[in-house]
Amino acid sequence: MSATTGTGAGVGTRAPMSAASGPGARRGVLAVGASRIGYEVKGYFRSPDAVFFTFLFPLIMLGIFTAAFSASGDISAGPGTESISVGAYYLPGMLAAGMLLSGVQNLAVDIATEKGDGTLKRLGGTPLSPVSYFLGKIGHVFVTGVLQAALLLLVAATVFGIALPTEPQAWGTFAWVFVLGVGTSALLGIALSSVPRSGKSATAVVIPIVLVLQFISGVYIQFSQLPEWMQNIASVFPLKWMAQGMRAAFLPDDFKVMEQNQEWDLGWVAVALLAWLVIGLVVSRLTFRWNRRDA
Amino acid sequence: MHTTTTDDTPAAVRIRGLRKVYGGAVAVDGIDLDIARGETFALLGPNGAGKSTTIEILEGYRLRTSGEVSVLGVDPAHGGLDWKGRLGIVLQSAAESGLYTVREQLAHFAKLYPSPRDVDEVIAAVGLESKAGTRIGRLSGGQRRRVDVALGIIGRPELLFLDEPTTGFDPEARREFWSLIRTLKDEGTTILLTTHYLDEAAQLGDRAGVILGGRLVDVGTVEELGGAEARVPIVRWRDPDGGPREVRTARPAELVASLVARLGGEPAGLEVIRPSLEDIYLQLVRAAGVDALDIEEAAA
Repeated sequence: MSATTGTGAGVGTRAPMSAASGPGARRGVLAVGASRIGYEVKGYFRSPDAVFFTFLFPLIMLGIFTAAFSASGDISAGPGTESISVGAYYLPGMLAAGMLLSGVQNLAVDIATEKGDGTLKRLGGTPLSPVSYFLGKIGHVFVTGVLQAALLLLVAATVFGIALPTEPQAWGTFAWVFVLGVGTSALLGIALSSVPRSGKSATAVVIPIVLVLQFISGVYIQFSQLPEWMQNIASVFPLKWMAQGMRAAFLPDDFKVMEQNQEWDLGWVAVALLAWLVIGLVVSRLTFRWNRRDA
Repeated sequence: MHTTTTDDTPAAVRIRGLRKVYGGAVAVDGIDLDIARGETFALLGPNGAGKSTTIEILEGYRLRTSGEVSVLGVDPAHGGLDWKGRLGIVLQSAAESGLYTVREQLAHFAKLYPSPRDVDEVIAAVGLESKAGTRIGRLSGGQRRRVDVALGIIGRPELLFLDEPTTGFDPEARREFWSLIRTLKDEGTTILLTTHYLDEAAQLGDRAGVILGGRLVDVGTVEELGGAEARVPIVRWRDPDGGPREVRTARPAELVASLVARLGGEPAGLEVIRPSLEDIYLQLVRAAGVDALDIEEAAA
């Protein structure tokens, strides 16, 4: 503790602040938010659990599906239409699952854990704006979501030999469904983080919800093979629409006859995702607290 | 000094009639206190006496039931981000996952404040130079506590809250910590400290207060605490019939001389005791009827 020794390198050797100028200005909400993104991404990739269960999981599932069903032949929407491999069929679902895991599962568990271990309480005692905090979380989900999708597409094309679309229109569809879906997922993750009572119970609360959604929304099971009542339940939740939007981008147009209305219904995809985005935003705004003030 | 008053409020902390009730339980029961700018104030008291509740109300973490509170001229229930930027808060416990290195964590927190201290200077000030590149999760408990303190001072606070800062420190680390606090104090930082260690209060505090059962039972300089009465030396000895005797007197030498004269020799089991701060504190606690278990915990 040589705080006052050396070349005047005391703890407080900065230029004195004049009384007239008052405290210095805080950095902008956006600038701090941007620095939070880098900080969050760094922490994420240092958490092996989070990386495995939210980042790599869709890739692993795609590998398993491709290997398990490689002998069962291609899938087509009907006689005389274009057929594709099982891997190609499941790729859009895995992209949608990745968006859900990176957003909902990752943030809900992450923020509930931060609430439980005192991270949020500490941040609440600093001049960090909650807006910057959320920008950091959402930005982090976008960064990891983009990396995850890029990795999935790269491995799908090179390792599993899945042909990716060449028309710009398909990539345009992919881009907006991805951005909207990831944004919605991130906000729903923040909203859901208020549900677990402790950091320890966070995974127990969040994972079953996410898992059930993946089973009923056409990620692990071909959506067209699910009973109609289950399809209707799934339609209430956002994952079904993310998966449908991704199928619209990646599957041949013939496959639209396997959707609920025999159409891609991209307009409804946008409406459903926007509605959930607003719900996520409102619930996050209403429930988020740095600490339980009167616990 | 950078902590020059930026408003005309004379006191850094002003508390009047503070009460906090949880459900039916009264945690803080009418506290009045002023802490001057630049002062180091130590808050003493057993566990559950209301220390942390009081300090967390001042920090803005808890809402008060009633009373008036002003911290750096602002009501903490409505303290904004600029107000938070003038505070440094070291909470009683933190158990973050520790994914970042000491330097990364401090560099990140420095960005949150308008005029932070230099990261490497702060790392040196808490004696963690050799651990600067180590992830916080891999540090020992005492080292992590130093990181907590470093995060509390990185923003160059005008007012620093330290809630039991040296719990888990070895004696050497505590002395180093005290010298850091004196440096901050010399720069004009106002410090509010809670502690279980009475020597810490005696070393650092300009004044100290004792909280018992949610009330501030005594406030004063450390030399005054408990009043003059509590500092009167005690003379103990055993009478020739074996009975223990104890007399409080301001003139113990005179008493001992008269004892020697009366008994015609050395009194058995003679002791002359000047009550330490700890003795005075324990007397206060006993007088307030706090049960013995809490006293032991508090004095431990």
